[in-house]
Amino acid sequence: MSVEDSFEYVTVRIGDQLFGVEVKQIREVFSPQDVTSVPRAPGEIAGLLNLRGRIVTAVDARHRLGLPPRDPDAAVMALGLEEGTELFGVLVDQVGEVMRLKSDTLEPTPAHLDPKWRALLKGVHRLEKDLLAVLDIRALIAWQGGLAA
Amino acid sequence: MDELIGEFLAETSESLDVIDVELVKFEADPTDRATLDNIFRLLHTIKGTCGFLGLERLEAIAHAGETLLGKFRDGDMVADSNAVTVVLKSLDRIKEITNGLEQTGVEPEGEDRDLIDRLESLSMGKGDPEAGAPAAAAPEPEIIPEPEPEPEPEPEIVAEADEGPSGYDADLGRELRPGEVSLADLEAAFLATPGPEFETDAETDAGHDHDHDLEADDDAEEDLVQAAAPVKSEPSAPAPAAASAAPKAAKAPANDDGGQQQSHRSQATIRVNVDTLENLMTTVSELVLARNQLHQIVRDSDDSALKTPLQRLSSVTAELQDGVMKTRMQPVGDAWRKLPRIVRDVSQELGKKIRLVQEGEDTELDRQVLELIRDPLTHMIRNSCDHGLETPDERVAAGKSEMGTVKLSAYHEGGAIIMKIIDDGRGLNAEKIRAKVIEKGLATEAELENMSEAQIQRYIFAPGFSTAAAVTNLSGRGVGMDVVRTNIEQIGGSIELFSEQGKGTTFTIKIPLTLAIVSALIVKSGEERFAAPQLSVRELVRVGAGSSIAVETLNGANMIRLRDRLLPVIALTEVLNTAPPTSADEMTGYVIVLEAAGRKIGLVVDDVLDTEEIVVKPLSGPLRSINVFSGATILGDGSVIMILDPNGLAQETSSAEDEEKSDAAAEDASEAHGANGRQRLLLVRAGGEEPKAVPVSLITRLEDFEANTIEQTDGRYVVQYRGRLLPLAHAGGMDHFPTEGRQPVLVFAEDGRSAGVAVDEILDVVEERLDLEMGSDRPGVIGSAIIKGKATEVLDIAWHMQRAWNGAPQRKGKSGTGRNAVLLVEADAFSRRMLAPLLAAAGYDVTVAGGLHEARDAATMGAEYDVLVGDPAALARLQEEGVYTNVPRLGVGEHDYTQSTEGFVAIMPAGDRGGLIAALDQAARSAA
Repeated sequence: MSVEDSFEYVTVRIGDQLFGVEVKQIREVFSPQDVTSVPRAPGEIAGLLNLRGRIVTAVDARHRLGLPPRDPDAAVMALGLEEGTELFGVLVDQVGEVMRLKSDTLEPTPAHLDPKWRALLKGVHRLEKDLLAVLDIRALIAWQGGLAA
Repeated sequence: MDELIGEFLAETSESLDVIDVELVKFEADPTDRATLDNIFRLLHTIKGTCGFLGLERLEAIAHAGETLLGKFRDGDMVADSNAVTVVLKSLDRIKEITNGLEQTGVEPEGEDRDLIDRLESLSMGKGDPEAGAPAAAAPEPEIIPEPEPEPEPEPEIVAEADEGPSGYDADLGRELRPGEVSLADLEAAFLATPGPEFETDAETDAGHDHDHDLEADDDAEEDLVQAAAPVKSEPSAPAPAAASAAPKAAKAPANDDGGQQQSHRSQATIRVNVDTLENLMTTVSELVLARNQLHQIVRDSDDSALKTPLQRLSSVTAELQDGVMKTRMQPVGDAWRKLPRIVRDVSQELGKKIRLVQEGEDTELDRQVLELIRDPLTHMIRNSCDHGLETPDERVAAGKSEMGTVKLSAYHEGGAIIMKIIDDGRGLNAEKIRAKVIEKGLATEAELENMSEAQIQRYIFAPGFSTAAAVTNLSGRGVGMDVVRTNIEQIGGSIELFSEQGKGTTFTIKIPLTLAIVSALIVKSGEERFAAPQLSVRELVRVGAGSSIAVETLNGANMIRLRDRLLPVIALTEVLNTAPPTSADEMTGYVIVLEAAGRKIGLVVDDVLDTEEIVVKPLSGPLRSINVFSGATILGDGSVIMILDPNGLAQETSSAEDEEKSDAAAEDASEAHGANGRQRLLLVRAGGEEPKAVPVSLITRLEDFEANTIEQTDGRYVVQYRGRLLPLAHAGGMDHFPTEGRQPVLVFAEDGRSAGVAVDEILDVVEERLDLEMGSDRPGVIGSAIIKGKATEVLDIAWHMQRAWNGAPQRKGKSGTGRNAVLLVEADAFSRRMLAPLLAAAGYDVTVAGGLHEARDAATMGAEYDVLVGDPAALARLQEEGVYTNVPRLGVGEHDYTQSTEGFVAIMPAGDRGGLIAALDQAARSAA
């Protein structure tokens, strides 16, 4: 499989769904600790945390996808990415393996999907026994103010 | 981009800024050779570098400009404001071109013939072809001149006028244009122009000396625009006046240091990329965090081996932080550099005469802050010129000098820099503002009624407010001061104003020195910790359990009594919506008194943990709109906490507070009734068993002397007290003192003199209404009142003091003649409490009015008074309303110069008790 006609994804699980995030879009995967909640912040902002001396804004993917909040004790992982000079961490339930998939298996996002999801997906890959929804992680961390600007 | 061009651009933009300033200076004093030389040299350098880099457009303009300046320099022409305008315009063109160059790396396309023609035409002494009348401002947009501007004079004529070689110039490779000077000539002129780098005693010439004169002036007051500079009678001979060097040399040495230092300074600096500094700063910030973290660890462990090296690390880090901070520091003058030019342009446009005075431009502050205040400052200066200052005619009519002054000053105070913009213009018209506020619906008439003048003036900072009757090109679009305030508050600063009608306006801006690292209070609220910037924290007050101060509630609004004022308080958890509203009696912990946006608010937090130097990290996009936070920071233990934004908090709570305001006023009024005569009294025993009372507010201190230290001299009793003799009198009227045991003494001070009043015993301090039931004709006693259910004599302290001083009591002939009635009008409870007993003790019958309406009521009821005492503003108001107009009025308090002093006997500061009583006695006599 050549690099040109394929995508490399980090697979993550949010709720029951398997998602893929393009590897080149994220900087690192880390386990978020000591998240400071920010009063009066928009609901999807889980809080701020310290990642090696830098402040990371944690965005909860569950909230953005309209899923119920996870149990306080449940495992959580974060995908770190940089937007301009700001660091973001997208909170997901689980991070799995890295997959390389052929670009021709990518299909457009189904039209009948919840608009909340449609706005955050780039498409869907057919896997053997599963569907891998490709998460547009930049759209996920974009906030209303940012979209309007 | 070509590295050379980059260097050139950086250098040129600096030079252009300097030329801007220098030209304005030069215009004010066209005989100023030193300034002209400096301009000439800078422009020459620009031209030379352009030629070297092949920048033809720039070179052509610079050359034409230099030619014109050369004429001024040679004394062939005298610079008028029209010529200076053209030179300034060519500088603008140069800036345009360099901007284009910066963006694209090549000179933008364009035609500069128009400007060059004007410059050349001026050089030939023909005047500016485009300026119809010399006084008219340069027209805009510029008219494109005809291809052949004028019937050209023959080159020969020019040659005569120039007395220099003409025709073909080998350096330029073309014929010289009329009025143009050959490159060789300019080069020669340049070499003849002394530069500061080559300055030596021998070279000191007329021009230099002048330069130093100017510098000496600068020390006293930096008048950049010396419009009124006297015309010097120095010969403006083109050649260096070598002959005059000898006498001047004697004067030179002291002055010369300045020049030398200047050249040293320029050699001792290097240019560093701003990004490098920013990165350095970030790294130091991280270091500070790491150090804080280490501190935390060492604090928690007992490993003493770490302590010493950590201390060392700590101090080195602090030094490094200081050092790096310094590299980011820039003199505030950098942000002011464009102002003389702006003021000049404004004054031309508006036909006003304006002098810009700058003070403290060396005051340094962080360059990030500097960038942020540059625009607001420019706007404010424009505003002052445009709205603040009157036209020359108006000024003359108002009895002022034609020349208006705008003064800009800066200095350090605490961790902040204070900048003041002072104009001597017409001042703010409170009536106009009031009308505008109502018109714009920003407040109702009733609301304005209760506001002080200063509060009304602050409305100029309100969004959508503009008082300019005519919207000028420069300002008056109604976005100005609002935006200025917002910008300043965004960087944690504040802006205040003081204005006096007819005299001028002063804006005071307070801004933090740096935004990167601030000192903050770490507080705990609920489970979370927050940082509050120290700069805005006025004080901390413990409330609730274990404190004498409790949170009180009025119609759901919480407040505390802080030094007899009501301060609205709100739980931080409530502002942040992290917990349901707390009831007043549950509020325990600390109140952080924050001052921001011109008001004070109290935030109730559970605990105050620490103070820490924190590194402010900006918030990411989604969080930036939460106005109660200004950023986040990482603490020593690695946790992230939010930084509270005092301005945002003040705004948040203001809406709630406004609702409270009317309640608070009601409370204040009712309190006034309660406090009517209610004061702290010291009960003593003196000459008899029955208690006697003295208002506590009069007593300076209580002392206890050994009875045997009391001496008798000249028939009076004295005791050595703080290296001086304190005269004593006994409150019981006894004329001898016991010689054994201890002697309690109440010490009073007045007019810088002290006197002691001895008593037998100090009994108690009570807070009671002081209603004098009976006056007294007995000397030393004002009268009697019921205190704690007992008839108590109230001591006449003034009488006792007199007795201590003179030995022979002389009570102002008041006893027996009936006491004068005084109406004390004072809205401030604290002042009332201080004044009422003072006046009573001086032998007056005091009636207290907590507000204007009470005074009005008193008048309606037909009460009569001999003197009105109190807040000057309130008294003036009563006068206007025709209440008690024939009663002499004595103002007490800060003299507010916006109020007329007409009809006042005097206005005395509250602290001057002696003066106050003297003035009151005088007023009472005049009434009688």
